[in-house]
Amino acid sequence: MTENQTRPNKFHWLTSFRHGPTLALLAIIALFALLDWQFGSGRFFSPRNARVIVNSAALIAVPALGMTMIIIAGGIDLSAGTALTLSGTALAIAFRDYTIPVDQAGAATWIAAALALGLGVGILCGLINGLIISLTEMVPFIVTLGTMTIFLGLGQVIADESTVYPESGHLPDWLRYLCYTGSNSDHYWLGFLHIPSSALIAIVLGLLVAAVMHFTVFGRNVVAIGSNASTARLCGIRVGWTTALVYALAGIFVAVGALLYFANVKNGNPSDGTGKELEIIAAVVLGGGSLSGGRGSVLGTIIGALIIKTISSGCTMLSIPNTYTHIIIGVIIIIAVLIDGLRNGAPKWLFDRLR
Amino acid sequence: MNPLLEVTGISKRFGPTIALENVSLSAHAGRVLALIGENGAGKSTLLKTLSGAHRADAGTMSLEGRPYRPTSPIDARDSGVAIVYQELTLAPDLSIEDNVMLGRTGTGVGTLFRSNQRASVTEALHRVGLHHVSPKARTGDQSVATQQLIEVARALISDAKIILFDEPTSSLPAADVDRLFQIIDNLRSRGLAVIYISHFLEEVRRVADDYAVLRDGNSVGSGELASISDDQIISLMVGRDVDDLFPSVPHEIGEVRLEVEDLGAAPMPKDVSLALRRGEIFGVAGLVGAGRTELLRCLFALEPTYAGHVRLDGRRLPHNVRGRRKAGFGLLSEDRKNEGLAQNLSIVENLAMGNHDRYTTAGWINLNARLRDARAWIKKVEIKAQDPGQAVSELSGGNQQKVAIARLLAQDAEIYLLDEPTKGIDVGTKAEIYRMMGELAADGKTVIFVSSYLPELLAVCDRVGVMTRGRLAETRDADQWDEEELMVAALAAVEER
Repeated sequence: MTENQTRPNKFHWLTSFRHGPTLALLAIIALFALLDWQFGSGRFFSPRNARVIVNSAALIAVPALGMTMIIIAGGIDLSAGTALTLSGTALAIAFRDYTIPVDQAGAATWIAAALALGLGVGILCGLINGLIISLTEMVPFIVTLGTMTIFLGLGQVIADESTVYPESGHLPDWLRYLCYTGSNSDHYWLGFLHIPSSALIAIVLGLLVAAVMHFTVFGRNVVAIGSNASTARLCGIRVGWTTALVYALAGIFVAVGALLYFANVKNGNPSDGTGKELEIIAAVVLGGGSLSGGRGSVLGTIIGALIIKTISSGCTMLSIPNTYTHIIIGVIIIIAVLIDGLRNGAPKWLFDRLR
Repeated sequence: MNPLLEVTGISKRFGPTIALENVSLSAHAGRVLALIGENGAGKSTLLKTLSGAHRADAGTMSLEGRPYRPTSPIDARDSGVAIVYQELTLAPDLSIEDNVMLGRTGTGVGTLFRSNQRASVTEALHRVGLHHVSPKARTGDQSVATQQLIEVARALISDAKIILFDEPTSSLPAADVDRLFQIIDNLRSRGLAVIYISHFLEEVRRVADDYAVLRDGNSVGSGELASISDDQIISLMVGRDVDDLFPSVPHEIGEVRLEVEDLGAAPMPKDVSLALRRGEIFGVAGLVGAGRTELLRCLFALEPTYAGHVRLDGRRLPHNVRGRRKAGFGLLSEDRKNEGLAQNLSIVENLAMGNHDRYTTAGWINLNARLRDARAWIKKVEIKAQDPGQAVSELSGGNQQKVAIARLLAQDAEIYLLDEPTKGIDVGTKAEIYRMMGELAADGKTVIFVSSYLPELLAVCDRVGVMTRGRLAETRDADQWDEEELMVAALAAVEER
């Protein structure tokens, strides 16, 4: 192309608004609040339900932060779901097999060791993905499709193909109440705010990732690689090394996600993770991430997770069967990405006619 | 004689941008019209309007005296207007035959009527001089030149009355350019009208009868080529007099800096040895595929080598891109679109890519400093852009190239490896790039300049070497060569084998 390809479009006023996902979230909340008030139990728009939604969104948002980096780098991680439950299962086993009561000497060491184990498993999963992808230069989709089932199988092996239930007395209080959504102020980190601790973790990690992506050389290199890996290589950016690091970092978020998930359900089921990766990817995409790389937003991803969980909560409140919830979420994802496309003048056939 | 295609007062806006304003031109049967203009002058927009990809806001077009208002490229082709695009639009995995027939109506049950179809495909291929290729061959396996001819065949099979060529020679080696011109001559003698877009005036002279010049979306002149000089055309294009197409900057050649010894890689280059001096511009001529790009890429350590080494100021350099960059090597990629620039990122991001340490303390980037720096570069190399945050893909080819060059300058490289730096950009920008190269040399830098355009090599370089089949065959001072000798040298070793 030799001509100046400026293509302003007629929807500029609408689509240049950079808070599309936020608007969508507000619209969905308003819609469900209205429907619930008219036809439902009236419990949707309550502080208690807000806490439940925020907590369950945090469980998606934390691993989705890592996925956001991967997607910006032009990759994908299908193994995130099973890596999450593998790490969670390892954590559950550690807590099942240790026998020192929480208040006794030595317990702190045990707990730290258990957490390190869970975290280590998650990072290792990410590192394995990253190394295979950068060393073999295979397509991330295929590599993580492979590791997805490997992690699933590993989880089933270490859990002996059953769900691991640690005794509740083995868990320290802070871990037990990490995903607490009840009304007792004592169980929140910020007692006066009543925000689930899981959500606080997601927010802090989100701010951290956003800062890293925007203000560090590493972050800009990730964007460069996702936009055009050849250009990045030409500019002396260590493409393989950076890619491997992105997947390993994503492993940390998977591990933290696993910790939250474990704190939420208090058991470890290695088969729970199947399908979770799609929910994680959906959150990134709803937030404006582009699967062709170079584009994605940390704030958008968190909003994306909130959208998904608001819909499922709203549907529950309205007694809409689970199956229909799936359909509704699917439709919303497609519509959201379509609206996002309008900003870039896609679909082309439509804009060519409007012009 | 009435024109075959007449365009009157066409205007086209994209939002606030005026792409075409009151443009008129006429193309006659049996004549070749050259459409000339700098990048951003509106040539491609006009072309897309003619081919039905865009619709004009105002103005009329008529084809053979009847109103012509194409609603889509397919509609345009059915009316007899076909385009051969600058960039190949063939599907590499399909057979040649399938590509030629692609999008043709009435091929819905194609496999059943292959035999009918093959006869007409073969005829079209013969008409473009492709006698030896099988219609069943995979398109992606053909050379770029052959693929371009396949595009022409695709235009012919649609019974086109008028064929538009959008800078068809920008990706062709010289020998194939001649073949293309023969085919255009052939089309003209068969009574077709041809509209030919090019930057190269000498090409235009060889192939065209008439000219029409666009500048900033306006028609600024048209007529018969025989009645206008090159200088006049150029001043029409740029809106000012270009006294000197090749501005020369005096520079002094100093001590040897870059030494290359027996550099070898698979499959190219082979046994290349070089010694380049401070303040020297070294030109590399040769056919496409002679290993010039490969040589630069090996020097930049983008490709693995199996033999030889590279020394800068007597120091042997490790073979990796980061090491080479740190030592002061900078490569300008030949492929601006896929490699040189990250097209969907902003000018700022592209300029800063790989240069981030300049505005970074402890890993954190000072975004303000980065933006200030980008503004300074935009001003310095005169990049025409609305905003530093604008995506590079929205810039014209010449301005994109300036972004890529500015990144090298920002890197403060010592050794500039420039691979076809003037490819696909307009005359005015070319002159600026020549001046920049001269200034670099005057500043004591060393420049390696790979080009397929011999006049610029001879005008700008101190020495010129010719590559054939991966070897650096012959090197002389630039004033010891002429274009013909360069061409002979480039072809010579090929014939020996």
